[in-house]
Amino acid sequence: MRIHIQNGRIIDPSQGLNTIGDILIEDGKIKEVRETIPPHTPLGKRGRRGGNSPDTRIIDARDMIVIPGLVDMHVHLREPGFEHKETIKTGTMAAVKGGFTTVCCMPNTFPVNDNASVTEFIKRKASQEGYCTVLPIGAITKGQKGEELAEIGTMRKEGCVAFSDDGQPVMNSLIMRRALEYSKAFNVPVISHSEDLSLSEGGVMNEGLLSVTLGLRGSPAEAEQIMIFRDIVLAELTGGKLHIAHVSTKGSVDVIRNAKKRGVHVTAETCPHYFSITEDAVKGYDTNAKVNPPLRTAQDVEAIKDGLRDGTIDVIATDHAPHHRDEKLREFDTAPSGISGLETAFSLSMRLVGSHILTFSQLIEKMALNPARILQIDKGTLGVGSDADVVIIDEKKEYTVESHKFISKGKNTPFNGWGLRGMPVITIYKGKVYEW
Amino acid sequence: MLNNKDLLGIKELSVQEINLILDTAAGFKDVLGRDIKKVPALRGKTTVNLFFEPSTRTRTSFELAAKRLSTDVINFSVPTSSVVKGESLIDTALTVQALGADFIIIRHASSGVPHLLAKNLNASVINAGDGTNEHPTQALLDAFTIQEKKRKIAGLEIAIVGDIMHSRVAKSNIYCLTALGARVRLIGPPTLIPENLKAMGVSVFHNMEDGVKGVDVLIMLRIQMERQGKGFFPSTDEYSKNWGLTPERLCLAKEDVIVMHPGPMNRGIEIVSEIADGPKSVILEQVTNGIAVRMSVMYLLSGVKR
Amino acid sequence: MSKELMNKKDLDRALTRMAHEIIEKNKGTSRLCLIGIQRGGVYLAQRLAAKIQEIEKKEIPVGSLDIALYRDDLNIRKQQPVVRRTEVPFEVNDLKIVLVDDVLFTGRSIRSAMDALMDIGRPASIQLAVLIDRGHRELPIKADYVGKNIPTSLRETVEVQMEEEGVEDRVTIRKFESVEGKGAE
Repeated sequence: MRIHIQNGRIIDPSQGLNTIGDILIEDGKIKEVRETIPPHTPLGKRGRRGGNSPDTRIIDARDMIVIPGLVDMHVHLREPGFEHKETIKTGTMAAVKGGFTTVCCMPNTFPVNDNASVTEFIKRKASQEGYCTVLPIGAITKGQKGEELAEIGTMRKEGCVAFSDDGQPVMNSLIMRRALEYSKAFNVPVISHSEDLSLSEGGVMNEGLLSVTLGLRGSPAEAEQIMIFRDIVLAELTGGKLHIAHVSTKGSVDVIRNAKKRGVHVTAETCPHYFSITEDAVKGYDTNAKVNPPLRTAQDVEAIKDGLRDGTIDVIATDHAPHHRDEKLREFDTAPSGISGLETAFSLSMRLVGSHILTFSQLIEKMALNPARILQIDKGTLGVGSDADVVIIDEKKEYTVESHKFISKGKNTPFNGWGLRGMPVITIYKGKVYEW
Repeated sequence: MLNNKDLLGIKELSVQEINLILDTAAGFKDVLGRDIKKVPALRGKTTVNLFFEPSTRTRTSFELAAKRLSTDVINFSVPTSSVVKGESLIDTALTVQALGADFIIIRHASSGVPHLLAKNLNASVINAGDGTNEHPTQALLDAFTIQEKKRKIAGLEIAIVGDIMHSRVAKSNIYCLTALGARVRLIGPPTLIPENLKAMGVSVFHNMEDGVKGVDVLIMLRIQMERQGKGFFPSTDEYSKNWGLTPERLCLAKEDVIVMHPGPMNRGIEIVSEIADGPKSVILEQVTNGIAVRMSVMYLLSGVKR
Repeated sequence: MSKELMNKKDLDRALTRMAHEIIEKNKGTSRLCLIGIQRGGVYLAQRLAAKIQEIEKKEIPVGSLDIALYRDDLNIRKQQPVVRRTEVPFEVNDLKIVLVDDVLFTGRSIRSAMDALMDIGRPASIQLAVLIDRGHRELPIKADYVGKNIPTSLRETVEVQMEEEGVEDRVTIRKFESVEGKGAE
């Protein structure tokens, strides 16, 4: 089975490509990428001909953008343990719909992915039911308790691509130091959910005038900034690879920018909600706008955009955090944090291109190439010989976000009803075509 | 005319609406002065007091207001309800509505719970205190009391003393009194008065003597003993020495100052007994006015189109 | 389209006659009081009291009664009526009360007013004085003193304007365009 994508604008930062051209896919791999691939060109070893051959599917990508499948290095698939929120099956379906062909799932499942048998379960489940590549992220500490290191080496061998206690910051600086040191043996990044819990003290939104007027407990921006600073200093001390998850504040961007200038091994990600909306979304106690770290101020949003523009922030991830409707339909204080993000991330991020903060190519770097590089996986590229993970974007297509139509089980989004522009229309995963 | 079927907070009210509630309350205060303190206005309606936090004063006041308007009243309090069995808030509220409630008076430790119910129920939801957000009827009864005593609110110097940050009474009072044109000062330790509150058009004093100077009205807030352990102030004794209302400090206020307290008081901590029971205190009148104001709110809400 | 039924002079003459009737029927002003229904009735009660005082040289107590909370249509109205003050600064027990209203129509307001009065105390008797009786009673209520009987249709509304509200004394009748415009009482 071959797929011949014709006349699309191919944008692949891994090869510096930004050109109209064709892509030929064969046996789930990228076979050829060039300006025009004539249908009669002899290709296969048995002299099979492309294009008009009956087992070649032609996809006309005229006026479309063809990009490598997106890589989301921060999702919650909820399986095992919280299948009412999401499963590997539904989560990867949502991913493919959103243009992602690789997702990295955080370890805060039940049981926690802090040992090789859970990692193995996730990998097996994903290969049986998944619609795209699932790469697990293992816990840094046993039970995400922040006390004892988990078996990082064993989990790495089983397929974990990074380690994080996401949602549960490692409060003990010594344990974090050890994690950054120990992980060097396996050359994997440690991902920091940066939050000083003693300072955030159960905050449920950004601290500021709005938190005071809404009577909600605020978590100050400094609770994030302090921990990022600590982890950067520890990365400097140990030489470990540090990745900062979901950067949300101006102060954090400044700290990371400085560290990068000093040459520290640090990379950083943000999420679409941190550059698309502010804490104002919480007004009216909308639990769909409750997320951790919390939505910040307009000033922070601008700083995040600056960080994306100047390369301080390497990655746009979703922090896809699906929750059941009943869990969000409750007191703001006790509703779980999180936004179901896979199906809106690309369109929201396209707005950065529209407002000239990123070029389209830079956007693909942040959403495909950079995460792949950080995780050292052969994804996020249209290079010949790599997996045929290709997404075709209709950049002019306008639509309204309707959360009830999400494929994800999690309908929790503050973007419901938003009018967005530009969306994936075809996602090809290892040569299999999904279109809508 | 009120614009919404619910009373969620003072923030959500216009000045006209606040004044309408206060003006209407005057009519209800007349009723409360009679031998027969009851009117048939809301006959056949049902009021449910849904209190997730213990409260005798506010619940009783709402209960009396509801009864004086001839509604039937059910008290749905936490220990006897299915809430302890793990029922979700929204299910409890829907159950209460299915019982036929026209008014749901809600008090809850989490801010925003009245808003959640209001969105999901047809009944009129009245906020009787949510978390550290608002306690609108307390602010309305305070404004009513001030207006009654001072004949006006605009231009008055009004000080609110105590734990502003965690006080829903203080928040509602700030919105209400500034909307009505008063000059509001906040007095207390910096740990309990967030800096950014100044953006709400109030002035802040950390020194009690400076703050009390020349005020027309003093609203003392209850100090929650549990704040002590959280590092907001070292001890109630130290709090009392610095921010407690004593006769010496009261002398710094205007001659005709009135002293208010939403209750329950910590005598000897935020206020000494001789002031609480003294001639400048209007604390018991606040209690009476509370019923009139709550009747006014319920009566006016009953007329809002759905 | 409105038509004048009474002018300032007509109104004054009617009130003078009613004052005499009240005195006559009650054989003086002993234990007599006037209570006007908010709002038009309050002004009329004050004027009647002034006339009675002029005639009898005796002051009689006057009160105002708000019936908003006693209405029987609170559940069906589009918006709640404004609550005004009820000011009866005297004991009504064992007094002869003359209830004063501007227009008598269905009788429902008077029913509400009597309930409201009973909650204030136990009067010896209640009499009713109205400036205009326009018919169409829905309850068994009859006025003791009437300024002017005016036959009307349900498509009409009667308006009483008074100086106390900043306009000239005047009673007019107006036809409604729609059938729902059942005149306010």
